[in-house]
Amino acid sequence: MRLTCTVNGKVETIDDVWPGESLLYVLRERMGLPGAKNACEQGECGSCSVHLDEILVCACLVAAGQVEGAEIKTVEGLAGATDLHPVQQAYLDAGAVQCGFCTPGLIVATVDLLEKNADPSDSEIREALAGNLCRCTGYSKILDAVRLAAVRLEGAGKH
Amino acid sequence: MEFFRPATLIDALALKSTHPTALCINGGTDVMVELNFDRKRPETLLDLSAISELSEWSDHGDSILLGAGVPYTRIYQELAEELPGLAMASRTVGSLQIRNKGGVGGNLGSASPAGDAHPPLLASGAAVNVASVNGTRAIDINEFFLGPKKNAMNPEEIITSVLIPKARGGQQYSKIGTRNAMVIAVCSFGIAIDANNKSVGTGIGSAGPTPLRAHEAESYAATHLDWVNGSAVTPEMMKEFGALVAAASRPIDDVRGTAAYRRHSLAVISGRCLKWAWTSTQDMRSK
Ligand SMILES: Cc1cc2nc3c(=O)[nH]c(=O)nc-3n(C[C@H](O)[C@H](O)[C@H](O)COP(=O)(O)OP(=O)(O)OC[C@H]3O[C@@H](n4cnc5c(N)ncnc54)[C@H](O)[C@@H]3O)c2cc1C
Ligand code: FES
Ligand code: FES
Repeated sequence: MRLTCTVNGKVETIDDVWPGESLLYVLRERMGLPGAKNACEQGECGSCSVHLDEILVCACLVAAGQVEGAEIKTVEGLAGATDLHPVQQAYLDAGAVQCGFCTPGLIVATVDLLEKNADPSDSEIREALAGNLCRCTGYSKILDAVRLAAVRLEGAGKH
Repeated sequence: MEFFRPATLIDALALKSTHPTALCINGGTDVMVELNFDRKRPETLLDLSAISELSEWSDHGDSILLGAGVPYTRIYQELAEELPGLAMASRTVGSLQIRNKGGVGGNLGSASPAGDAHPPLLASGAAVNVASVNGTRAIDINEFFLGPKKNAMNPEEIITSVLIPKARGGQQYSKIGTRNAMVIAVCSFGIAIDANNKSVGTGIGSAGPTPLRAHEAESYAATHLDWVNGSAVTPEMMKEFGALVAAASRPIDDVRGTAAYRRHSLAVISGRCLKWAWTSTQDMRSK
């Protein structure tokens, strides 16, 4: 089938899509957007997190046919022309990135959290990021990064 | 593979009648795992997620009519007051990403004994509304689950909504698992106290071939709760109630836990749920 959807603000038309393949496959294999990672393909790890019509989802659990006409935002759409998104910068500054495999998914999930809750408590951060697994950091630097991003975004009045 | 994405329920029902083997997909959180791992290769996928009437809920006085596709996130954000038990259960499902997509229609469609929506629906006496080109029918939740992953639907039917009585007393949901998130219940328990009818409803999850009621525990609680003065649930009542819940379960040993552990933990969590739900029943009264 032919699929038309908006990805990171640009209308895209993709041909020869098998409707039962995942949005993750479409992004990575058909559109050359490898930011969302493929690890488990069963919703367990969160490394494929993207925004679908403003809602945080696992791209591996959305069928390609379901995103016809939808608006998708991936980690590739976050940075500006010269600067990283404040959440990306906070992950770097806090040392929350080791191998980096989980990072895109965690960054998208953190952006989602801070858009809804500018000043989350630690338990709110933990609940919001519970669907994103990291095998390297032990999570404490990730929590630091989220707190740092919250402070900086608050300061910049970006909400 | 054929893929249909109807915009209205009428179109969806027509497609389901001409393609009765079509696999429905709504949130996709169960279906996509099956597709990704090649466990299912349906000839036809029927996507229900574009049908707006399935993703809405409405207030029907004593009850809430919950569209089959309303995601869990919206249930606990919008209906925590009216449906506290279902809201609590919804909040334990998977992770935020899963709760943003998955909903009660898909949970009932999968009919897993571990589905978190099922115990609260049993406890409050919900009815599942299904439709086909031939008409609609309401299936009593007590008659909905036929076996592991088997429900009472016909191939040409689609779940449209669930009619759930609003809370008329305290409700609770408790779930045993290894983490606070992303856990398929080792066992779970839901309770709904009805202070108007002086009755108690229960639901047991993940401890039998289907979700179950604990009928004897319900009658025990109804006769032993102090409906007049509202005095607290005693440790003896918690113990007896828990024992009756455990006796009503039919668990097996599997990778998530042994039958003995499930019985034991059910007795503990159900006793606590009774106490907590009774306390909130009194709080609701004093308001
Ligand atoms: C990582 C992960 C964690 C999970 N954690 C939990 C958990 O903690 N607790 C829990 O209960 N579940 C859990 N699940 C399972 C799943 O999220 C739930 O069962 C959810 O309710 C399914 O809803 P859905 O809309 O995504 O269903 P779908 O995947 O779209 O459909 C599920 C089934 O229902 C059928 N169906 C869907 N809608 C309808 C309809 N309107 N009429 C008829 N049939 C229909 C489909 O054909 C399919 O058989 C988890 C899943 C994943 C991937
Ligand atoms: S790849 Fe999607 S959640 Fe793991
Ligand atoms: S940094 Fe390696 S998985 Fe998180």
